[in-house]
Amino acid sequence: MTGHDVVFLLVALLTGGAALLTVTSKNLFHAALFLAVTLAGIAGTFLVMRADFLALVQLIVYVGSVAVLFLFGLMLTRAPIGREALDGQNRGLALVVSGTLFVVLSTLIISTFGGERAAEVAGPSIADIGISIFADWVLPFELLSMLLLAALIGAILLARREDGESGEPMPERRIELSDEPVTHAGAQELPAGDSKPELTAGGDR
Amino acid sequence: MMDLVFSTAITFVGQATSITTFDSYALSVVVKIAFALGLFFVVPLIGGYLEHKVMGRMQARRGPVEAGPFGTLQLVADGIKFIQKEDVIPRAADKWVFAAAPGVALVPGMLIFLVLPIGPGVFALDLELGLFYALAISSVSVLGIMMGGWASANKFALLGGLRAGGQLIAYELPLILAAIAVAVQAGTLSLVGIVEAQATFTLPGTTINVWYLFPQFLGFAIFFLAAMAELSRPPFDMPIADSELVFGYMTEYTGIKFAMYLLTEYGGMIVMSALMVVLYLGGWQLLPGVPLPGCEGTGGLFDCDPMGTLLGVVITIGKIMALVFLMVWARVAYPRLREDQLQRFAWLALIPLALLNLALVGVAKVVF
Repeated sequence: MTGHDVVFLLVALLTGGAALLTVTSKNLFHAALFLAVTLAGIAGTFLVMRADFLALVQLIVYVGSVAVLFLFGLMLTRAPIGREALDGQNRGLALVVSGTLFVVLSTLIISTFGGERAAEVAGPSIADIGISIFADWVLPFELLSMLLLAALIGAILLARREDGESGEPMPERRIELSDEPVTHAGAQELPAGDSKPELTAGGDR
Repeated sequence: MMDLVFSTAITFVGQATSITTFDSYALSVVVKIAFALGLFFVVPLIGGYLEHKVMGRMQARRGPVEAGPFGTLQLVADGIKFIQKEDVIPRAADKWVFAAAPGVALVPGMLIFLVLPIGPGVFALDLELGLFYALAISSVSVLGIMMGGWASANKFALLGGLRAGGQLIAYELPLILAAIAVAVQAGTLSLVGIVEAQATFTLPGTTINVWYLFPQFLGFAIFFLAAMAELSRPPFDMPIADSELVFGYMTEYTGIKFAMYLLTEYGGMIVMSALMVVLYLGGWQLLPGVPLPGCEGTGGLFDCDPMGTLLGVVITIGKIMALVFLMVWARVAYPRLREDQLQRFAWLALIPLALLNLALVGVAKVVF
C-alpha cells in the first residue's frame, strides 16, 4: 500500500461517509450540504487520480453551481429553519434500486478492470484535452451542447406559467417564518396541487 | 504523515520556478503555505486601511487617526476587539451549520492566494490551470454565505442568503466568460503564462507592446463590475443591504465569525484585484514595453536579481491597491441598485456583452 493508496482511501471514505449521510439525514438542508461534501469529495478523488482538470470542473459545476442551486431551491420553497424531521416513505424501494445499481456497476467495473494494476497515472495536459475535445471530438461535443440547450429550454417552458393559463389566478403561497425555532405545519397545510412556490414579496407579476 | 499527504495529494503540474521552491520537498510545502497565509492575512489589511482612509477623505472626514501612526493599526485593533467579543449563537440556529459557515466562506479565498503571482518568481504555485483553479475555488465560497443565511434562523438572514445565492450565480457567468477571453488571447491558463504573453503581445503590424487592457477593454469592464458584484460590495450589496435587511446573512453573527465574513470580503477584493492585474494590467510590468531593471527573460520580466524582484512586488501591490481604490471610489460614488435591477443587469447586459467579447476575441485571435 503506497502513500497514494492511503490518500485515496481517506478521500474515498470521506466521500462515501458524506454520501451515506446525504440519504440518511432527516433534515433536507443538511442532506443538501452533505451532498455538497460528497460532490467535493468526488473532486478530491479525481485530484488524487491526477485528473486535475476534471477535479476543477467537478468543483465549479457541481459544488459551485448544482449544490448551490439545490440550497437556493430549498431556501426558496421549504426553508425549514432549525430542526425539522422529514423522511420519505420509499426506503425499501430506494434500497432495492440503489442496491441493484451498485451490484450491476461494481460487477461491470470489476469484470472489466479487475486484476489490472493501474499504471502510475499522469493526467494529460490541458492543451491535449482541449485539442481532443475541439478538434477530434468536436461533433459529439456540439451535439451534447445542443442536447443540454434543448433540456434547458424544455425546463424553462415547463417551469414557466403564463398568467391566466389555467383559467384561474395563481394561488398565493408564502414562506412561513417565525421567531420560533421549529417550522410548524404551516407550510404543509397548503393545497398539494400547486407546484409553483413563489415568494409573494416579489410582487412584479 | 503530513508530507506524505502533501506529496501525493498535490498533483497539479507546476510550471515556472518560484522563489518559494527549495530542494527539500517538505520545506517547500511549508514555505508555500506560509507564503499564501502571510499574503492572505497582511495584504487585505492594507486594502482595508486604504478603504477606511479613502472613504474618509471622500466623505470629508479623516478616517482612522488614533490607532498607530496615521491610524494604520486600526484594523489590527478591530481584529483584537472582534476576538474579545462574546461569540453568540442564537438559540434557534442550527449550531453546526451556523458555526461552520464563515469558515466555508473564508477558506476558498485563502486557497486562491496559492496561485496569485505578485512578482517575478514571487508566488507559491504556478499551475498549468491557475486561472481555472482560481475561478473554480472562488465559486465555492457562496456555499458558506448561503449556509450562514439559512442557519441563522432569522428571516432577514434568510432573505440575504437567498439574494447572495442568486447574485453570485448570476455574476459568476460574466466573470468567467471575461476571463476565458483573456485565456484565449494568451493561449494559456497559467497566471504567470498570461503575464508572459502580455509582455510579448504587440499590436498587429507594429512593435508596440500593450497590455490586454487595450484590446480587451470591454472584457476588463465586465470583469471589474462582475468582481464587485461577486464580492457583494456597494453598489452591489443587496445581500447585506442594511436599510432593507438589517445586515443580510451576517445579521446574527458576532465576534470572530463576523470578522471572518469581513475578512472574506477584504481578501476577495485583493484576490479579484490581483486577478485583474494579471489578466489585464500586465502583472509586474511597470509600463507596457518597459523591462524591469535587473531582470532578463521574456520582456525583461523574469529571472530577476533581488532588487528587481522587490521592485516587481512593489509594482504589483501598487496596481492591486489602485484597483482597490477604484472599488472604494465606486462604493462611495454610487447608490445601491435594486434587487431586480441587479439581476436584469447581469442577465441582460453583462452576459450578452461577455459572450460578444468572447466571440470578438476568438475571431481576432484567428485573423491576426
